[in-house]
Amino acid sequence: MSQKILTLAGIIITASILPVTSAQAAGECATGKTLEEGVLTIATGNPAYFPWVIDNEPAGGKGFEAAVAYAVAAQMGFEAEKVEWTSSSFDQAIQPGQKNFDFNLQQFSITEDREKIVDFSIPYYTSALAVIVRQPTIDAGVQPTLESLKSLTWGADANTTATPVIQELIAPESDPLLYDDTINVIEAMNANQIDATLLDLPVALYQAGAVMNDGVVLGQFAADESTSPDHFGLLMEEGNPIKACVDAALTALIDSGELAQIEAQWLQQATDVPMIR
Amino acid sequence: MSRNTTDKTGIVAAQAALPAKISRTAYNAQKKRRSLMIASASTLTVVALIYVLVPLAPGWERVKNSFFNWEVLVRTFPKLLDAFLIDVMIFAWCAPAIAIWGLVIALCRDARSPALFPLRVFATVYNDVFRGVPVILVIYLIGFGIPGLGLSRTWSNPYIWGSLALILSYSAYVAEVYRAGIESIHESQRSAAKSLGLSHWHTMRHVILPQAIRRVVPANMNNFISLQKDVALVSFIGPVELLRQAGVEKSLLANFTPYVGAAIIFLSVTIPATRFADHLIARQNRERG
Repeated sequence: MSQKILTLAGIIITASILPVTSAQAAGECATGKTLEEGVLTIATGNPAYFPWVIDNEPAGGKGFEAAVAYAVAAQMGFEAEKVEWTSSSFDQAIQPGQKNFDFNLQQFSITEDREKIVDFSIPYYTSALAVIVRQPTIDAGVQPTLESLKSLTWGADANTTATPVIQELIAPESDPLLYDDTINVIEAMNANQIDATLLDLPVALYQAGAVMNDGVVLGQFAADESTSPDHFGLLMEEGNPIKACVDAALTALIDSGELAQIEAQWLQQATDVPMIR
Repeated sequence: MSRNTTDKTGIVAAQAALPAKISRTAYNAQKKRRSLMIASASTLTVVALIYVLVPLAPGWERVKNSFFNWEVLVRTFPKLLDAFLIDVMIFAWCAPAIAIWGLVIALCRDARSPALFPLRVFATVYNDVFRGVPVILVIYLIGFGIPGLGLSRTWSNPYIWGSLALILSYSAYVAEVYRAGIESIHESQRSAAKSLGLSHWHTMRHVILPQAIRRVVPANMNNFISLQKDVALVSFIGPVELLRQAGVEKSLLANFTPYVGAAIIFLSVTIPATRFADHLIARQNRERG
């Protein structure tokens, strides 16, 4: 009996000590490497969009990227109240000089060229790219095949890696039109100026389902099949020593399956979107 | 004796006058050389200071890497030049349309017959609205709004509506410049034309406009130089012209050098155009004495 109690007590003690020690160890990793001691400053876009951040309030922890940010912070040993949010545009994220964040997440695709200017963590998400069109285009007989996609007029967000993918993978007959953001791309589609665009699958599902009147996700390029898979990474200042801690935290989240859980919770799983051949 | 002295001094003065004139030319030339030397020296000093001091800034290597990256410039410049052709094209068809439509608006504003009062109201409201609304808003409203009404693909082309938006906006500015030109022609010329039996239209056509338009050419040059840059705004509704192409490269390479490349291309056109406008103004000033 007494031994049982002892064992039980031992389990409780180890159970309560373990997370504390691992968190402390991780917390130590970031010591002296954050902008403000003891606080982790994270940046995202303003506005930040569904399903990455819900209601443009990253501090609410709702939405895929907000949840990932808090999970990484916790893994690094920062409690939720020690996380500060700030906003940054893409351009602010890549400008030379002092950054106002420890890391920045807003669906930054990791590319070799960008790596020369900033640092990226290991990927926290790999997105399939999806083709979105309007019902009239479907009625006109477009198919989810590369051949069929070539004859469409394409549009894309100029600030994303969708542009080279359209040009290299689909190689449409006419040059794509480019816009400042996804909202403008959708607007151009509504104005019948473009037929199709390429979006990250979760965004495509949201746009077609909740924003457009007659939007349809025509098909997807599998994340691993695509010639340029869209790996999202946390962006950090070039040479920021915190990268090692962030990578370690992400690795732990991937190994424990927590990252997959967050993904399942916030990103709609598309089972019925056909693959484009 | 005293008279003799005076004569002597008179001769001395006269003798001195000739070399004095020569030495004044020499003096002026010397002065000019001197100021040229000072100007060169001070310019060189400033350039040298910038050249020496800026790289001493702790962040210079990063700034250089992000903004003045030779490798990136070489890689992106051909694509930027290609995209610039789109700007040139849009400019080429917008500029004449603006010159004509602006003149029409200016003539509407100058309509003097009571029956044409609605035209004056139209032109006034037109100028107020299009000069008061940022060009980019007009481009968005027309570029997305009109095709959104359900036009066919051919007619919903962003080039058409983006150009129309530029034409409408810029015509308002150009019309005001024309109006200033028309009003600068003295009222007595209209009276003179009237006394010769010329109608209002003939007076305009043969007396007022030839002088007015010539008079405002330099001012309008400025409008067209600024149009040459604002053509880039059409990229907001889709066309991939210079500024957009630079933005794409910037985004893909996470490097601002393509923007510097775009600036170089724009400058290579606007600077000669500006100098030409200066030259026109100088010539006009000389002609007016």
